[in-house]
Amino acid sequence: MKITVSEIEHVADLARLSLERDEIKDLSRQLNNILGYIAKLEELDTGGIRPTTHALELTNVFREDRSMPSLSVDEALSNAPEHEKGMFGVPKII
Amino acid sequence: MSSLTDLSVHELHELLIKREVSAVEVAKTYLKRIDEVDSKVRAYLTLTPDQALAQAEEADRCLSRDVEEATPLTGIPMGIKDVICTCGVRTTCGSRMLENFVPPYSATVIERLEAHGAVMLGKLNMDEFAMGSSTENSAFYPTHNPWDLERVPGGSSGGSAASVAARTCACSLGSDTGGSIRQPSSHCGVVGMKPTYGRVSRYGLVAFASSLDQIGPITRDVTDCALLLNVISGYDPRDSTSIPRDVPDYTLSLIPGLEGCTIGLPKEYFVSGLDPDVERAVKTAVSALEGQGARLVEVSLPHTEYAVATYYIIAPAEASSNLSRYDGVKYGLRAQGFKDLTDMYKKTRSQGFGPEVKRRIMIGTYSLSSGYYDAYYKKASQVRTLIVQDFRHAFKDCDVIAAPVAPTSAFRLGEKVDDPLQMYLSDIFTIPANLAGIPGISVPCGMDHNGLPIGLQLMATHFGEQSLLKAAYNLELAMGPWRNWPAV
Repeated sequence: MKITVSEIEHVADLARLSLERDEIKDLSRQLNNILGYIAKLEELDTGGIRPTTHALELTNVFREDRSMPSLSVDEALSNAPEHEKGMFGVPKII
Repeated sequence: MSSLTDLSVHELHELLIKREVSAVEVAKTYLKRIDEVDSKVRAYLTLTPDQALAQAEEADRCLSRDVEEATPLTGIPMGIKDVICTCGVRTTCGSRMLENFVPPYSATVIERLEAHGAVMLGKLNMDEFAMGSSTENSAFYPTHNPWDLERVPGGSSGGSAASVAARTCACSLGSDTGGSIRQPSSHCGVVGMKPTYGRVSRYGLVAFASSLDQIGPITRDVTDCALLLNVISGYDPRDSTSIPRDVPDYTLSLIPGLEGCTIGLPKEYFVSGLDPDVERAVKTAVSALEGQGARLVEVSLPHTEYAVATYYIIAPAEASSNLSRYDGVKYGLRAQGFKDLTDMYKKTRSQGFGPEVKRRIMIGTYSLSSGYYDAYYKKASQVRTLIVQDFRHAFKDCDVIAAPVAPTSAFRLGEKVDDPLQMYLSDIFTIPANLAGIPGISVPCGMDHNGLPIGLQLMATHFGEQSLLKAAYNLELAMGPWRNWPAV
């Protein structure tokens, strides 16, 4: 499978990255190299094999629904680029 | 007596509890050595001398109050990979994105180290977001290998391994997603262990690929590795993937003799592309283990050649999801001069991430995107099952697998930066353990013709850390204690 320049632009948009023209050129070469190598997996017949998403068999971990100590509002906001009245500041959306 | 900074953790501990040296003296000696040599090695991103001296004073109070209260880590100066959150001390992840990030909380491993009286000297350099095998992807500067300053220390925990070898900390913590503890440990001639997935809490470890990441110790010798593992291991309710399982005293595994232990040699790891010096050193080490009483058998891990391809779908897929949190809102960089919200996201992420991180986000986003999921992510997850099964079969015939850590010794700075795929392939022997979640350790086992260290990799089944430590300890006994430090 070859990845085209327009696909790279589409994927960059999905990933919320804006790429310069020469970045797209480099990525096009590098990603096709990497995807070409990854295509090696097609040699294997994996029909009927259960996927592993986790190396150890874990089941969901539940806990009681009660509040626990956590960061204060000030601590949670301490690294925010912009905050106001105890809330994160974001650009106008609507 | 050799210099204080040449001592292992357990040797330093003996001096501290006999009160032959104070923790403050030890910390000052290390800070002085950092001042002398770190301008060459560049292992540290942030130094914390004030905190180190305060912690050392506290350690001295503890030691003079009652030596019985002291732990093996009381007053021991450590460095921490900058991917692990330290409350009040900036944690950059080697990225411009987090250049000014000061965590309001500490990782569980940090809390444990502090509770045991360890002293933190500073935060260690790494490939950005732990993506890389040379520490050249750090957004700040590359770290140099103390054995040859023209060479890479390996990565991504390059600062953690280089600082232990350069004796600018007594021991350190790294993290390992595809070999990031073992490969730099091999390249720097130190001991580095990736524990079983779930053995050590990931709470406060900045996430790269959550199903693969694991924190582990980097030390001067195997005894120190066991001591550190004792402290950082164990269940943590704040990490839902940590395993509720008792932590044994790992130092009890440090016993001479490997009678009854079968060591498997995977034939797929001794193939063309393996440097002859590495092959010779690994085979010499394996003979030494046989000399300690181990039985050798050949085993097969037939899907080894697919591990890198599998990893470079799974790890970037998880990374692209994990790194979506860097949006310029909650913490980290926010770009200036944007038109709207989407533009803010794009400008922030494009300015904040370096080329390798962008590459992985692109691979991950592509492989998870509509129409490609089955061909890539699902396929890779199925091949992961085959790799897990390979190990399961192999461990029916052996207790420990012995193999090279990396195909070559440390390569030159700049040698692989323009060819990401070549860089990825340097992790070919370490990636399988992450995919399977099993523990692996790198132990120094010789030098190549350029005087660069070579590590032996040992792997065991899930929670087989005791077998690894026993075999690694016996390698040290057979080959003589590794007291070979670079003259940096």
